[in-house]
Amino acid sequence: MAVRAKKHVQSPWGGFFFVLPSILAMAVFVYGMIGWTVKESLGKRTNSYTTAKGLVGLKNYRDLFSDPEFVHAFQNLLKFTVVFMVGTLLAGLIMALLLEKGIKGEGFFRSIYLYPMAISFIAMGTSWRWLMDSSRDGKATGLNKIFFDVHLGFLQSNWYSSEKGAMYAMALPAIWQMSGYVMALFLAGFRGIPDDLREAARVDGATETKIYRHILFPQLKPTFLTVLIILGHISMKVFDLIYGIASKSYVTKVLAIYMWQVIFDFQNYAKGASIAMIILVLIAVAVIPYLIYVVKTEEQK
Amino acid sequence: MLLKKTKLALVALVSVALIGSTVPASQAAATNKQLEIFTWWASGGEFAGLNEMIKLYKKQNPNTKFINAAVAGAAGTNAKGVLVSRMQANNPPDTFQSHAGAELTSYVKAGQVQDLTFLYKQEGWDKVFPAGLIKTLTVGGKIYSVPVNIHRANVLWWSPASAAKAGITSAPATIAEFKTDLAKFKAAGFDGIALAGNGDWAIAHLFDQILLADLGTAGYVGLFNGKTKWDSAGVATAAKDLSDILAYGNSSKTLDWPDAGDMVVKAKTAGFFVMGDWASSQWESEGFKPGVDYAWAAAPGTSKNYMWLSDSFTLPKGAPDKDAAIAWLKLCGSLAGQDAFNPKKGSIAVRTDSNAKLYDSYLQSAMKDWHKLDTSAGSIVHGVMGNNAFMAAYDSAVGKFYQAGAPASGTSSFLKDLVAAYATGQAA
Repeated sequence: MAVRAKKHVQSPWGGFFFVLPSILAMAVFVYGMIGWTVKESLGKRTNSYTTAKGLVGLKNYRDLFSDPEFVHAFQNLLKFTVVFMVGTLLAGLIMALLLEKGIKGEGFFRSIYLYPMAISFIAMGTSWRWLMDSSRDGKATGLNKIFFDVHLGFLQSNWYSSEKGAMYAMALPAIWQMSGYVMALFLAGFRGIPDDLREAARVDGATETKIYRHILFPQLKPTFLTVLIILGHISMKVFDLIYGIASKSYVTKVLAIYMWQVIFDFQNYAKGASIAMIILVLIAVAVIPYLIYVVKTEEQK
Repeated sequence: MLLKKTKLALVALVSVALIGSTVPASQAAATNKQLEIFTWWASGGEFAGLNEMIKLYKKQNPNTKFINAAVAGAAGTNAKGVLVSRMQANNPPDTFQSHAGAELTSYVKAGQVQDLTFLYKQEGWDKVFPAGLIKTLTVGGKIYSVPVNIHRANVLWWSPASAAKAGITSAPATIAEFKTDLAKFKAAGFDGIALAGNGDWAIAHLFDQILLADLGTAGYVGLFNGKTKWDSAGVATAAKDLSDILAYGNSSKTLDWPDAGDMVVKAKTAGFFVMGDWASSQWESEGFKPGVDYAWAAAPGTSKNYMWLSDSFTLPKGAPDKDAAIAWLKLCGSLAGQDAFNPKKGSIAVRTDSNAKLYDSYLQSAMKDWHKLDTSAGSIVHGVMGNNAFMAAYDSAVGKFYQAGAPASGTSSFLKDLVAAYATGQAA
């Protein structure tokens, strides 16, 4: 019996059948759905009752770029992405550097920094909505009240309800949530570098700054890349955080929210599918070069 | 065994008798095994009201299992998303909730809801529902939903105590008087008006009232049949008035309406509040007394109008349990159903023969107005006048104007956005 079972596992077909369900599921629910969305985005279904069939080519995509609301949502998304990625990267790196030195109670701090990750975007959105309330001075609540009470009143802000700064404010809760995760990634990166290298550098007379610049950071390159990819794709598809804070408000509209509105409020399926495809392409632009890089480095090994 | 058979025969006999007889169909129990209704009423007074109706329904239709597929939250926005998906997948519930009026248009055009005009004749609703309402509900000679309640959108609320402090003795009757009173509140240290900026719709709600005041009933209704242009002088005046009024608002642009309402009634830091009359039932549930802790009047310049909005139920095409759904719709339009639901929900019955004694003092006054005022102007924000696409684009346009700090940027780009919003609605 035992022998037969072993033989069975060794046959290539056995392995294939083992993963077949997930291959099928992926084929239908991921690639099949992407294909369907592509088809919709090239089609004529611009409202819920049309019976028009056939394809219109890239017209829906071209129309998007002359739609001021789409352009607005796109710009918002870019602003959010830049602030969110840079902010999270810096915050995560700084926290990792502080912990990397092996301070007392490292485990405690590590958990504290990681906790925000455990909160759902939507729950976090609700609390940050209160924190970033735009009332000022005597009537302030949340962050503005803290600033006012510690006599830093000039720091009070309209947060996400200001016309220009809305998306920058919107990045704050996202940074707060994700920086702990980024810290963990960097910390793991630092720990993966053998201590001998630092010792050797110190023996050679390198200062701490030099050790970081020339020894540690270059070795963290793959970590940097991973972090950028993870943050990038989270940012491109951000929806729940923004919906939780400001629902469908104009000032903070991003692509995913606009897509949702176009599909369910306007019931313009062709246009909604086009927006969905653009979000997918944006994510692909970030992820695919990374995949190529990974494959290449593995081949070199 | 024998007993069981006799029972069965008896039931069969009775059913035959019922079907054959001329008793109003609403008294015959539905034969379907179940009824799935789709609503966004999942909490508070509206849930309590729905439960009263469910009780009645179960009594009338003991053999039908009642399935309540509620999707909570966000004035129905979440529910609408789920519903659109189900309709597209040809998997409709037996009946679904929708704001009465143009919000249904896309379903009508898609042929996804069935004509219910026959129920209006059969049940006599064409005589007990106000004519203005029936006219608004009728699309191409047909009516596709049964309204169960009426809310009033054009209500101005304030706290008598705060008004006394600011030296305001009577409700402002025009937009001009409104502005004067806002200034009085401001001078007395209040925010003139409480604004609920979260999600833009409450600001758009305020703009509805200003449009009606500045354009008059005919001009307002004309916005939706092409007779009034969205960039006409009247709309420009309304836009200017909106920006003037917003300037008296609270600085927080992120409040939900209950929080904004609190500023007027509880915290007393703001003067006026323009909101639908669901505010009244919210405050009552918090222990405030209508007429004592808060007072009300028609929104300035709209005293001849009852700007209404209404929740209604439909019969989707391909509803699996049609018979049970029609029994539900009949209950929705019946006196018993409406008088069971509305006092709990904090709205009034659509029917003009409802029993006023069951309702609180605010609702009684609303009822009097409902029976005598012009009902041809419905709420834009709440789906009476325009379809979903228009509503979303309208909210966005107002939100953009509001968030951009309306007064500085002038009104011309706002008017352009409104014209574009109307076009979006027409195209959808």
